[in-house]
Amino acid sequence: MSDTMSTGTAPGATSVSTGAAQRRSRRRRGRRATLTGWGFVGPAAIIILGLSFFPAGWAFLLSLQEWDGFSDAEFVGTGNYTDLISDSDFWNAVWNTFGYTLLFVPASVLLGLFLAVALNRKIRFIGFYRTAIFVPFVASTAATGILSTYLFSPQYGVVNNVLRVLGLPQQGWLADPHQAMLVIAIMSLWGQAAFTTVIYLAALQDVPSELIEAARIDGANRWQTFWRIVWPHLSPVTVFVAIWQTITAIQLFDLVYTTTRGGPLGATKTIVYFLYEKAFHSLQFGYGSAAAYALFALTLIITIGVVIYSRRRNLEAF
Amino acid sequence: MSTNVFEKVVTSSERVATRPEGGRRQKRRRGFSGWHFFLLPVAVLFLIPFIQMLLASLSPARELVTFPPPFIPSHLTLDGYIKLFTDTDVLLWFVNTVIVSAISILSNIVLCSLAGYGFARLKFAGRTFGFFAIVATIMIPTQLLMIPTYILFSKLGLLNGLGAAIVPWLATAFGIFLMRQFFLSLPAEIEEAGAIDGCNKLQIFFRIVLPLAKPALATLAIFTLLSSWNDLVWPLIAINNDQAFTLQLGIANFQSTRHTEWSLLMAGNLVATLPLILFFVFAQRQFIATMTFSGIKG
Repeated sequence: MSDTMSTGTAPGATSVSTGAAQRRSRRRRGRRATLTGWGFVGPAAIIILGLSFFPAGWAFLLSLQEWDGFSDAEFVGTGNYTDLISDSDFWNAVWNTFGYTLLFVPASVLLGLFLAVALNRKIRFIGFYRTAIFVPFVASTAATGILSTYLFSPQYGVVNNVLRVLGLPQQGWLADPHQAMLVIAIMSLWGQAAFTTVIYLAALQDVPSELIEAARIDGANRWQTFWRIVWPHLSPVTVFVAIWQTITAIQLFDLVYTTTRGGPLGATKTIVYFLYEKAFHSLQFGYGSAAAYALFALTLIITIGVVIYSRRRNLEAF
Repeated sequence: MSTNVFEKVVTSSERVATRPEGGRRQKRRRGFSGWHFFLLPVAVLFLIPFIQMLLASLSPARELVTFPPPFIPSHLTLDGYIKLFTDTDVLLWFVNTVIVSAISILSNIVLCSLAGYGFARLKFAGRTFGFFAIVATIMIPTQLLMIPTYILFSKLGLLNGLGAAIVPWLATAFGIFLMRQFFLSLPAEIEEAGAIDGCNKLQIFFRIVLPLAKPALATLAIFTLLSSWNDLVWPLIAINNDQAFTLQLGIANFQSTRHTEWSLLMAGNLVATLPLILFFVFAQRQFIATMTFSGIKG
């Protein structure tokens, strides 16, 4: 088998008479390298590609059909998509998702930045602080959801109990259509803060310390140093984190499922919850797939939009 | 997204992870920092849900539905846990989850490191295309794949069993990406030495390269553990048989079936969360490196 190693070692001398034989052996070696290569990557590639491109294509075909999984599928062309556009239930889901994204993304980016700046210090108990802030990250959304229902219960929850002790009015929280999404956003922040924090922490340690020292020598105070030196260095990371959190936010499902199941009065029904209901409760596989493609398109548009925007802005900055 | 950010995040993740915990190394006294005024309340706020979970799981069931609710239970009891283990199949779900996670971790370590090595080091036809296609799958949202995968699994007779929960986690694009990055950073001379000694590719991989890859494999294992242990959506769709429930699915179902049994619910929550919390506390550095890396996950 050691001959497979020869890929990349150049043949020393070439003569006309042995040219054909060499070419043949090189071809044989090439074939062998291809087999070895695919032997290494093949098993993983088959699983990943088989479980993504094939279903993605199938989902598109499904989105053009009306099918309940039992009777014959009926081809309806773009019918599902036009139905989707005139479905007020779907638009409600879109607005709810949008509202959650507006609550969650800016808050998670700002919180992550603050926490990273604070944790990037060599003070006492920093290990404790870091653990406290990072450990909710490992809690599952199912556990977080059950916990949210308990903490924010209108009657027995600790949050309302604290309000009561402070003499503040009690709130409906998850039972109130105007507050349910807020509670979900708060609990997602609890579970996800570690993510933006750790990315910002990594970025903060990449800011050249000479620059900060130079700014200090020039008489800049901490605040000026942060906004003039550190913040511009973080802007690519901010764009990345914002896109990432936006994509996560539009795909909100788990926390809704384990807290409100879309209620009260549909106030927390998100796009993914909508497509889950359509596909796996009403067995409208085609309609659900159309909603899934709408979600995909939305994700792509937002990503591309933010990338173009940040490119433009960076160009202006230079 | 610019690869620039990726690289920055990837290269600095190790540093964040291996940073000595503040103060423990240097014994000298430091002045009090104003940051404590910010960090202490935040840390307490972040811990309160866990404290509430623990207290509620140890509370007498009746006290959790009295008004006004007590902040601290009058006495601690294990009733919630006893009820959890006798009334529900939580032990079976726990075992199921351990099986799903263990197989996923093992399979990811083998398949993703093989593939990552192949893409990093071997030259073969279709390599660039193959890698590009795999990375491109990260862009496809899982919600798009749920419906056809469900139909496919139902045709293959895979639904309602543990297999349904395992198969999608056997290999991940993120894992391949992670392992490839790692192998690219290894100096090639080490492998050349093995080749001179007459090892074939597979021997070089298993005897020389893989033992060096422990930190990357640990990151991959933690990532797989986090995502397979905590996965809810896919088991929710694919598993309808409570003998094959995972922990997350089992406790999520409590919400509808045992709505007011808070001590039992919180005990279940703790059983589902505690293993990962313990892992986190013991392997904090690896966990943090994984979190930084998972910014690039799918």
